[in-house]
Amino acid sequence: MTTQPTLERVAMAKAINLGLRRAMERDSKVMLMGEDIGPLGGVFRVTDALQKDFGDARVVDTPLAESGIVGAAIGLAFAGYRPVCEIQFDGFIFPAFDQITTQLAKVHYRSGGRVEMPIVIRVPYGGGIGAVEHHSESPEALFAHTAGLRVVTPSTPSEAFTMIQQAIASPDPVLFFEPKARYWDKEEIDTHADDAALGLIEGPDGVAPGVAGLERARVLTSGTDVTVAAYGPTVRTALTAARVAGEEGRSLEVIDLRSISPLDIDTVATSVTKTGRLVVVHEAPTFFGAGAELAAAVTERCFYSMQAPVLRVGGFHTPYPVANIEEEYLPSLDRVLDAVDATLGY
Amino acid sequence: MITTDTSGATPYSDTVGSHHPDTGSGSPDHTVQLLSPTGERITDAVYSARADHLDRAALEGLYRDMALTRRFDTEATSLQRQGELGLWPPCLGQEAAQVGSARALRPQDFVFPSYREHGVAWVRGVDMRQLLLLYRGREHGGWDARAHNYNVPTLVIGSHALHAAGYGMGIQRDGDVGTGDRDRDRAVVAYFGDGATSQGDVSEGMVFAAAVSAPVIFFCQNNQWAISVPAAKQSRIPLVHRGEGFGIPSVRVDGNDVIACYAVMAEALERAHSGGGPTFIEAVTYRMGAHTTSDDPTRYRSRAEEEHWRQRDPLARLRTHLESIGTGEDFFTALEAEAEQLGEDARSYCRALDKPDAESMFDHVYATPHSQIERDRAWFRDYQASFEDGVAR
Repeated sequence: MTTQPTLERVAMAKAINLGLRRAMERDSKVMLMGEDIGPLGGVFRVTDALQKDFGDARVVDTPLAESGIVGAAIGLAFAGYRPVCEIQFDGFIFPAFDQITTQLAKVHYRSGGRVEMPIVIRVPYGGGIGAVEHHSESPEALFAHTAGLRVVTPSTPSEAFTMIQQAIASPDPVLFFEPKARYWDKEEIDTHADDAALGLIEGPDGVAPGVAGLERARVLTSGTDVTVAAYGPTVRTALTAARVAGEEGRSLEVIDLRSISPLDIDTVATSVTKTGRLVVVHEAPTFFGAGAELAAAVTERCFYSMQAPVLRVGGFHTPYPVANIEEEYLPSLDRVLDAVDATLGY
Repeated sequence: MITTDTSGATPYSDTVGSHHPDTGSGSPDHTVQLLSPTGERITDAVYSARADHLDRAALEGLYRDMALTRRFDTEATSLQRQGELGLWPPCLGQEAAQVGSARALRPQDFVFPSYREHGVAWVRGVDMRQLLLLYRGREHGGWDARAHNYNVPTLVIGSHALHAAGYGMGIQRDGDVGTGDRDRDRAVVAYFGDGATSQGDVSEGMVFAAAVSAPVIFFCQNNQWAISVPAAKQSRIPLVHRGEGFGIPSVRVDGNDVIACYAVMAEALERAHSGGGPTFIEAVTYRMGAHTTSDDPTRYRSRAEEEHWRQRDPLARLRTHLESIGTGEDFFTALEAEAEQLGEDARSYCRALDKPDAESMFDHVYATPHSQIERDRAWFRDYQASFEDGVAR
């Protein structure tokens, strides 16, 4: 049975808020923990009103200690809970890096598959908001490099609404990177979409995300000349590039990767087999970044179909620069179009 | 009194911060002791009542736990020396701290151990042979944590103090504190050492547990040495004072006195179970062996110091007491035979362990299929298969 869509035009921050609410309604073991997420609703208001509605046992303002937040979440998961942790900003995740990489990522492996860690760590990430140091970083590759973690990032409100619920339903730990520059992007979403529409599958222990839910990249525009793979904050830039390039007679196929671990190599390789060219766009430094992995994997698969080397557009091997010059650091529309031109020049 | 050295006359201060005088039972600078190093029962105004019910049979039980733990531990050390284990961290000398505290637990209480808590594992009913799997390089864990309410070891020092704090928050959310039902109320214990108290996660664990009065016991075995660095080089104050700083009731106990360790843990558990929140326990003991079989204590501590502590052997102390209250030689003889059997079982089990299937490295990385793991697994399987005809492609 399908219900009538209840379409609501919301910003991404609100879409995540609604997704959290749905997940908490669905499963009483889901709880939120983080800094200032209670009465304040989080510094980006993503948890707005949730403590009021679900109580302070399920929406916990923790002491100001990121390692503590994740470490305590691990203990709660041992006790049967499904914590969703909020790390206030990307650059503040590092006090928790040890708990995430040595503990959270490895508990299931270490336990021989006996203890699951259904924990989501939400991280507002990326730049473009004129912030001070530590508030604009893109550390996703550090976590994708750690086996045992899933790393995903939505690009739109509807994706965020769906993916946060899939992440919470996942029995694996998920790093959920939220592109903070897109928090205020608005889109119509079906706030009452049923579990099937959300890609959630009924199982013996409640709902779980279907494989496609958290792993699959999505082809957003079909094209024939160049594949442009992006994720999170740069998807909008890639789509703009496709429109502009289209006006110049160039056909770009834009793929939203959605998941960084795993990478949906199949979807990208299928596209590159057709186009022969690939440009990868992300805010994170290109050096040892997701684009480097994608370039290697695609080259292994598509060598005989490729017309040009894989080009990457992303951050430089510098700390995130001061806000006054971040526009020059970030992968802009011009830089993406420039890379498209370059790859067509081979 | 073995505890607070205020005179400076004895060569080995058993606790850090000797300028803090012992002001009697109930004070944090008192070291709880219910059995003297020479085996006499000591009366303590606060804690005696916690152990009065331990009759001779119960004390014999504690002795048996300690003796079997020691026999197993000695066997494992030997197995490492024989090349059967890659590594072993001996618990020699810490049996009383571990057995006494663990015997106070109820079955529903949960334990997050470090890697040296072999005596706690024994009390929690873990098949001791499974402790060898980690050090044989066969498994990263070795048993079902939930079956024994005893987790597999956490090797990163102090990380599990936070897991205990979170688990305690879970117990609170389940409503399993303060019900008065002794089969329902639960607590959680983190076992760690003196070195771990320097780790931020231990401090954060205490912050989190204290902030919400979670039913957590932080059980610190101060065995004097963090590999080669003495506790005195890591703390300016007695470790027991660390707890107070977080607003956590704290107690120091003679960690080589199994009865006292039982008593202080019983009190801490009652506090936790009834909703009174966390407790910090510093059990003053001594790591009589090496940190691990890869360590060489002769480089950093003296034979005289080791001899000083050998005089405080936790097993000898209880044995002297048991003999004074009528335990016969036949008890010890029978126990020796049981211990020998345990050692033999460990030896034969260990030697019979075969190498696991290499492809098992891909198992359980994730709970659900992950395409990168599946790609790696498929590649590895093909690679292995390429050798089946004896010719590498």
